[in-house]
Amino acid sequence: MSGYRLDKGGLLIDRTREVAFRFDGRTHEGYAGDTLASALLASGQTLFGRSFKYHRPRGLYSAGPEEPNALVELRPGPHQVPNTRATMVELHEGLEANSQNRFPSLGFDVMAVNDRLSRFLSAGFYYKTFMGTGQPVWHFFEHFIRRAAGLGKASHEADTDRYEKTNTFTDVLVVGAGPAGLMAAKAAAEAGKRVLLVDENAQAGGRLWDEGGEIDGMPTHEWARAVIASLEVRANVTILLRTAVYGYYDDNILGAAERVSDHKKTPDAYEPRHRHWTIHAKKVVLATGAIERPIAFAGNDAPGVMLASAGLAYATRHGVAAGRKVAVFANNDGGARAAIALSDLGVNVAALVDARASLGEGLTGALSARGVMVWTGSAVTGTRGRRALKAIDISGYDADRGALVGAMETIQCDALLVSGGWTPTVHLASQAGGPPVFDETLQAFLPGEPREDWIACGNVAGELNLASCITSGTRAGAEAAGAVLREEELPKVHGACGPETPLPLWEVPAAGKGKVFVDLQNDVTAEDVRLAEREGFRSVEHLKRYTTLGMAADQGKTSNVNGLAILARARGQSIPEVGTTRFRPPYQPVPIGAIAGREAGEHLMPVRRTPMHDWHEAHGGEMMEAGLWMRPQIYRREGETLEQAYVREARNVRENVGIVDVSTLGKIDVQGPDAAKFLDHIYTNAMAKVKVGKARYGLMLREDGILFDDGTAWRLGENHYLVTTTTAGAAAVLAHMEYYLSVVWPELKVHVASVSDQWAGTAVAGPKARALLEAVVRDCDLSHDALPQMGIADGKIGEIEVKIARLSFSGELAYEVYSGWNEGLAVWKALYEAGLPFGLMPYGMEAMGTLRIEKGHVTHAEMDGRTTAADLGLGALAAKRKPYVGSAMQDRPALCDPDREVMVGLVSKDAEPIPAGSHLVSDDGKSLGHVTAFAFSPAKETYIALALLKQGRERIGDTLEAAFQLKERSVTVQVVDPCFYDKEGSRLNG
Amino acid sequence: MQRYSIFSLVKHALSGHKHWQPAWRKPDPKTEYDVIIIGGGGHGLATAYYLAKEHGIRNVAVLEKGWLGSGNIGRNTTIVRSNYMLPKNNRFYEWSLKLWEGLSQELNYNVMFSQRGVLNLAHSPAQMDAFARRGNSLRIEGADADLLDRDEVARLVPGLDVSASTRFPIHGGLLQRRAGTARHDAVAWGFARGADALGVDIIENCEVTGFQKDGDRVIGVETTRGPIRARKIGVVVAGSTSEVMRRAGVERLPIESHVLQAFVSEPLKPFIDSVVTFGAGHLYISQSDKGGLVFGGSLDGYNSYAQRGNLPLVEEVMSEVATMFPAIRRIRLLRSWGGIMDMSMDGSPIITTGPLPGMYLNAGWCYGGFKATPGSGWCFAWTIAKDEPHPLNAAFTLDRFYQGAVIDEAGHGPFPRLH
Amino acid sequence: MLIHCPACGPRSHHEFTYGGDATIVRPAPDDTDIARWQAFVYDRENPRGDHQELWHHVFGCRHWLKVTRNVTTHDISAVELLGPHAKDANAGEAGR
Repeated sequence: MSGYRLDKGGLLIDRTREVAFRFDGRTHEGYAGDTLASALLASGQTLFGRSFKYHRPRGLYSAGPEEPNALVELRPGPHQVPNTRATMVELHEGLEANSQNRFPSLGFDVMAVNDRLSRFLSAGFYYKTFMGTGQPVWHFFEHFIRRAAGLGKASHEADTDRYEKTNTFTDVLVVGAGPAGLMAAKAAAEAGKRVLLVDENAQAGGRLWDEGGEIDGMPTHEWARAVIASLEVRANVTILLRTAVYGYYDDNILGAAERVSDHKKTPDAYEPRHRHWTIHAKKVVLATGAIERPIAFAGNDAPGVMLASAGLAYATRHGVAAGRKVAVFANNDGGARAAIALSDLGVNVAALVDARASLGEGLTGALSARGVMVWTGSAVTGTRGRRALKAIDISGYDADRGALVGAMETIQCDALLVSGGWTPTVHLASQAGGPPVFDETLQAFLPGEPREDWIACGNVAGELNLASCITSGTRAGAEAAGAVLREEELPKVHGACGPETPLPLWEVPAAGKGKVFVDLQNDVTAEDVRLAEREGFRSVEHLKRYTTLGMAADQGKTSNVNGLAILARARGQSIPEVGTTRFRPPYQPVPIGAIAGREAGEHLMPVRRTPMHDWHEAHGGEMMEAGLWMRPQIYRREGETLEQAYVREARNVRENVGIVDVSTLGKIDVQGPDAAKFLDHIYTNAMAKVKVGKARYGLMLREDGILFDDGTAWRLGENHYLVTTTTAGAAAVLAHMEYYLSVVWPELKVHVASVSDQWAGTAVAGPKARALLEAVVRDCDLSHDALPQMGIADGKIGEIEVKIARLSFSGELAYEVYSGWNEGLAVWKALYEAGLPFGLMPYGMEAMGTLRIEKGHVTHAEMDGRTTAADLGLGALAAKRKPYVGSAMQDRPALCDPDREVMVGLVSKDAEPIPAGSHLVSDDGKSLGHVTAFAFSPAKETYIALALLKQGRERIGDTLEAAFQLKERSVTVQVVDPCFYDKEGSRLNG
Repeated sequence: MQRYSIFSLVKHALSGHKHWQPAWRKPDPKTEYDVIIIGGGGHGLATAYYLAKEHGIRNVAVLEKGWLGSGNIGRNTTIVRSNYMLPKNNRFYEWSLKLWEGLSQELNYNVMFSQRGVLNLAHSPAQMDAFARRGNSLRIEGADADLLDRDEVARLVPGLDVSASTRFPIHGGLLQRRAGTARHDAVAWGFARGADALGVDIIENCEVTGFQKDGDRVIGVETTRGPIRARKIGVVVAGSTSEVMRRAGVERLPIESHVLQAFVSEPLKPFIDSVVTFGAGHLYISQSDKGGLVFGGSLDGYNSYAQRGNLPLVEEVMSEVATMFPAIRRIRLLRSWGGIMDMSMDGSPIITTGPLPGMYLNAGWCYGGFKATPGSGWCFAWTIAKDEPHPLNAAFTLDRFYQGAVIDEAGHGPFPRLH
Repeated sequence: MLIHCPACGPRSHHEFTYGGDATIVRPAPDDTDIARWQAFVYDRENPRGDHQELWHHVFGCRHWLKVTRNVTTHDISAVELLGPHAKDANAGEAGR
């Protein structure tokens, strides 16, 4: 093919604006309005890519989203995007593109050796070999197969472009802005509906640009401009171009991806590269059009063979001829019409080869008048020229017998335009409806029964003629808007007619050698289809999976139906008997970044910070993730290791006083006359017996009797509790409570509300805690008698009201001081300042963990969703004095098995760390349990740990190995009681 | 059976591939078999294969309602691993992994088992501890595992965002080097061909519409291709377990059916060489030999028998991929699809005799069925042949829920959507 | 998928968390028949077709809803608000 720019014409280009761009390192010139494909075609480029499997040279095949061959790597360096359809790339100054899947160059590709070996590389050949003995065989071959496969290269460099996403709501969504879509949008808009009109191309109009004839006295393309302009000015119409509606989901929710700035040299300020749209539509009109279908014949992949609609589009839209001497091969009148139109545009059309015995009325004369040689009852049987088409071989074809007849002829040409009829773009209709239905007249699959609220119109509905397309679009728009179609207002179409019934010719019978390609991108041939059938892969799904037909990046847009037809013939069945595969999202490949939007990387999830967050950071706090929260791990002093820091902090709590930010704890306000009764059901403990002004530690179980969460319930009034949960358990506990109140016991008069973000909390712990508080809290008696262990009191710090509960996680005299969220920082600072004379240090998660390990208190490291209260030594808190959630199921046999793993303490015998995740192993190497948490204990001056151990209580005093096989290390430990420190609890009193 | 090899391939190539035989026969059902396996998916075909191969029971029919392999065997993300924490799981999956290691030779069919390694990422010290526990458990049980630090992770997986600025920075990971991927359809075809060669009848387009019973005992099935009797009937119909069992009069099971979506990108030259999972959410990704990035995330999260999901989950999954590999943002999603997962109440499978006399049940594979295919078929065949479970599947009973002996790898409790 | 929450109107299912089968009945708190508890906690009908199920509007009004949804088509035919406000809320939705 040696395409060139015609002297005139090109509805979409601006010949006064030249645009320079680079392809494979060479500079080319095109015009504003060109696509990369049209500009390259105009500059005489014949090779556009290499095929997937055989690395055969390939040329441009289409002018639209269905392109199987012309995939390029766009842009250099970290902005490089592989597998981009050159037909969809709008040219801009400085655009850089490279061919792909070739080495070292497009012209000379060493992997083209695969083509020589192709007889061995039949469909599924890899299932039959490379097995050898032992794994290394496949491992060896896989290495090479992976490198030969794939298409474009993807850079590992991070993508720094912007993506965003948005939601939109509309009365009527019209997908496709061709003639039917434009009319549907117009009709719905005129009925007063909000309309969203979406098209994947850079301009609306669809095939109106390429159609001859007149509408309402105007050439079709002028009429198109007028209709588009009239829609653009309407306040109730939004037109989204360069936007592919790719997925049709439940309840008329559709996904669409907009290429916002790909067509610009540099995006505008704040402009994303792509934008994802979630469209909520009351009604959907599918005007998705149709894609021209090829006819398969030997050598049909030669560069220079392209769809007739593409050849026409390049001439009408871009003023580009596909070749110096063009031939057309068709099985329907569309071929003849394209030949006439091209001829009128100044393209040298040498011949029309039509498989039918005769053409539609008047066409033969019109062709002859233009000097086009007409070969009816003929078919193309081969092509000449490997890297560029030089000639075609044709033969007589008897449609009744489906056989070649008569002699061969050779026609010199450098471009062959093929029209095999049209395949309606039923993807979205199939995603949201029943299986597509085969129409014998059109030899095409049409949309099946809708499952969602959509109406199909135009080409996709089988209305292939322009006039009927316009009528059906208008009718669909009116119907979607609930309005009545006014026939008299329909545009008057003259002289334009769409393609008609094609002859069912899917594959030209073989006349000689040469591969007959069905799927150009995946290199699936008609022989591959027949081989699959022969080997029993007779279901259409098996065919797809065995041969990879239709599974390439073009998703089989130009290959699926031909493949089905060839399979049907091989099976001796009709096409509808064979059926089609199911269409699934996305209709077009969609950038992953577009769907992710900004919710990726550091913005993957929201960050939750306590009011003291900035203070922690300013005071050496090293923040770590705790779910969505950020919490200080340690406050490192210069030169300290992590261990030195947490040991210092923990020791200071034991010796003086420390404060820790506990604002992240879940807090739930529980109120109502039945609050006490409700909490009695929810907790294993008797929460109804708690006196006003007191708190109680409690456990919650799941219904299956397994530990769910722990925390405290503070009785603030007769009918009022404040419940605290673990940080991790906050959301689940609230949902759990709401479930019981809504679903199980709606009669209980209780209301629960999350107040986690209303109360900020600071825990003050250490023997000097009371002295510290007394120095800073007023209006509150903090004496032991007035505020005993588990007591609650109100007071003030400065003018800030605080609620103080005497609770201890560390085992020391300790208080939790709560204030309003916005006052949390002021309270923290006041406590910090007042505490300095007492030797106060803030402490982080590591020190908190150390203190709780010393005390044998549990966290979710032990409450891991598999343990019971009894396992963790908390059985007394889950006795059955009353029924509660989980009480019935916790007695099942396996949960009471004496062999279960239970919580114990471990002390390192040789002053070595006992890493969490170590297993306690028996003499014969079996696991007896594992370490859940460990620390260096300032109280014990050695490493200690908590563990779950089989028959742990019987093993107290035993010596075991805690093995960390992953690092081939082991520590000798002694099994001890899990409470390492102050078992009698005397420290709670300071 | 027509042997496959490089020599047979060359021989057939020279005769234009005209003489390949069908990979399996298309027989009509007989009126009676020793064993009927309901479900022509991976597990069903593997069961039939091992019944014939290991136990000499060859008068077997596999009944498939649609086309062979039309269920989850052809809809998964192809990951094979044995890196489970709980010994009851990891012993079973390790045996399955060992079967995978010899499967292509065993079946004379290249299932493309690729031991490229599975790396689970950890994003917090607590997750590192959990991986340590799991890795040590694997090592104790004789399986392989390696605990990597952040730098080792970065070296193994170029392009992964290991920076401290991402939302959940990577602390390290657990690597199982012997784990990897396989070509999913090939597993179904390979077992089908192997079973067929041993005399098993594989009957497609044959839906079981009811069961013939003698009292409680199941003695045969009614199908769309007529009644068929059998001494033993194995039910292995992931995605339809509750429906098929209802036809036998079993009204309720500890199973919910959920939809899981999976995704493939456009084909790329080699980009990711191992399987990587994201630990601060739920995502697993690898690259197929054809070049597509294959990945998936969580369930949509509601009961469904529709093999399609919805957009919010798609968005969640894309966010996680884009987070792990910032370079992937500009790569395009090419295909998505959905499969129906029979989610058990503890996230672990059921391979058992019963629940009715004459019946055997293999179900509840949640997300994890593919990797189990050979092991599941092997154990189920044993269970059917010997009327008692093999020690490897002795814990995978229905009774475990009632005993409290659940095998809850994730610790989520009786909430199937969370497993 | 859209769920017509009686309190909030039509909302994406993404605002809700799923609560599973709504037909299972929790035994009385003091029921000691373990079989009934097992049925409640573990056994599910899991039908193909209409399914009564619970949804919790966590990113909305936080009500629990009982939804009747066809699990093959995902079509929702009924939504009912549960809990103490059920009577008032569902009256307003009558005829939907």
